[in-house]
Amino acid sequence: MAGDTAHVGNESQWGGGVQPFKASYGKLMMWYFLVSDAFTFAGFLIAYGALRFSTPTWPVPDFVFSSLPGGIHHAPLIFVTIMTFVLLFSSYTMVRAVGEGHRENKSGVVKWMALTIVGGLGFLGCQAWEWTTLIAKEHMSIYTNPFGTHTESGTYLDGDGHDIKAGDTFEAGDSYLIHKHNGAWHPLKYRTETGIEKQQVFGPKAFGALFFFITGFHGFHVFSGVVFLLIIMLNVMSGLYIKRKNGYEMVEKIGLYWHFVDLVWVFVFLVFYLL
Amino acid sequence: MALSYEEGKRIFLKTILILGAITICEVAFALLGKGYIVESIEFPGWLVGGVMILMSVVKAYLIIYEFMHMKYEVKGLVRTVLLPGFLLVWGVIAFLWDGDYWMDRRDSDSTQVELTVPTSEHHDGEMHHEGDHEHDDDHH
Repeated sequence: MAGDTAHVGNESQWGGGVQPFKASYGKLMMWYFLVSDAFTFAGFLIAYGALRFSTPTWPVPDFVFSSLPGGIHHAPLIFVTIMTFVLLFSSYTMVRAVGEGHRENKSGVVKWMALTIVGGLGFLGCQAWEWTTLIAKEHMSIYTNPFGTHTESGTYLDGDGHDIKAGDTFEAGDSYLIHKHNGAWHPLKYRTETGIEKQQVFGPKAFGALFFFITGFHGFHVFSGVVFLLIIMLNVMSGLYIKRKNGYEMVEKIGLYWHFVDLVWVFVFLVFYLL
Repeated sequence: MALSYEEGKRIFLKTILILGAITICEVAFALLGKGYIVESIEFPGWLVGGVMILMSVVKAYLIIYEFMHMKYEVKGLVRTVLLPGFLLVWGVIAFLWDGDYWMDRRDSDSTQVELTVPTSEHHDGEMHHEGDHEHDDDHH
């Protein structure tokens, strides 16, 4: 550091006081934490993929995730697209907060961080609604998956009082939801093309557990992100980072975490909803 | 190296607009490919899946390189973060491959095993095993 830039070799780098990656300790460790976290999420998503590949049928996401608030059904992927936009928006406000921090603009940082927190809470609200629908209305749990797929075509012998009437036909690959009334499941009876009478069976059991654990783990990241954002925003307001004179680096670190949460959602969205 | 405030503002806005546009394209392509928008049109699964994965990778690139400033970090940092991540590509391939194999096993287990497995040797093995168990119990 003492001006002898010609001799900047390994020795001087190990001597301390130099940042080989031109990033502070905290920022670098945030990056490596995110690498390890990425592996955790990858483990979850790979488990999902391997189990999906190993099962003859799998719930069709366009059928499972097709409800909207206000009693709207049969709107595949629309609600989860809205969730994605909420999170993308909060990623944009986060990056703006980091930008304001670099030019030491305290009120700018607070404004954009507050908007990021609103986005995070909005996403969590959407997820709460999605989980409520799946748990309370459709009765999916980590043990039971009422979303099934027909493996052969046939004709229903009775109706479910919602979308299906007796006499309706279906084809192999069509999805169904087994309804639960007053604590009892009501799988519908049907006759296959070959004339055999059968009734709907539950879908692959792993689906519910995978869904709740993966989106839950991601949701927990969003939740803890909101908590950290709130703490750091309060610190910004108190003027703590002005004294540090490092361009609000703490905001940059939580920014990395927040973008990572958005990045993971890109892949959860891909694996769970699009494919 | 680092962006000026105004430059950054412009790039962030551009990036978020591209990310939003890709997301809309993804959903539209998924719904179109699976026959939800026009009933007569349906794309093969590998095409829909492939395009979706490609678009997601572009989104991941934009988030990491622009929003997380990876574009402006030194090479060593970029490598130590991204190279371990590429190990996962093989992880995904290997496990999906194995999942496919489990599916094959599932089919052959339910249809063929009953007909082909010879029983005499198998029984011997089981008897032996049970014998061991009884022996163990005596000692208790």
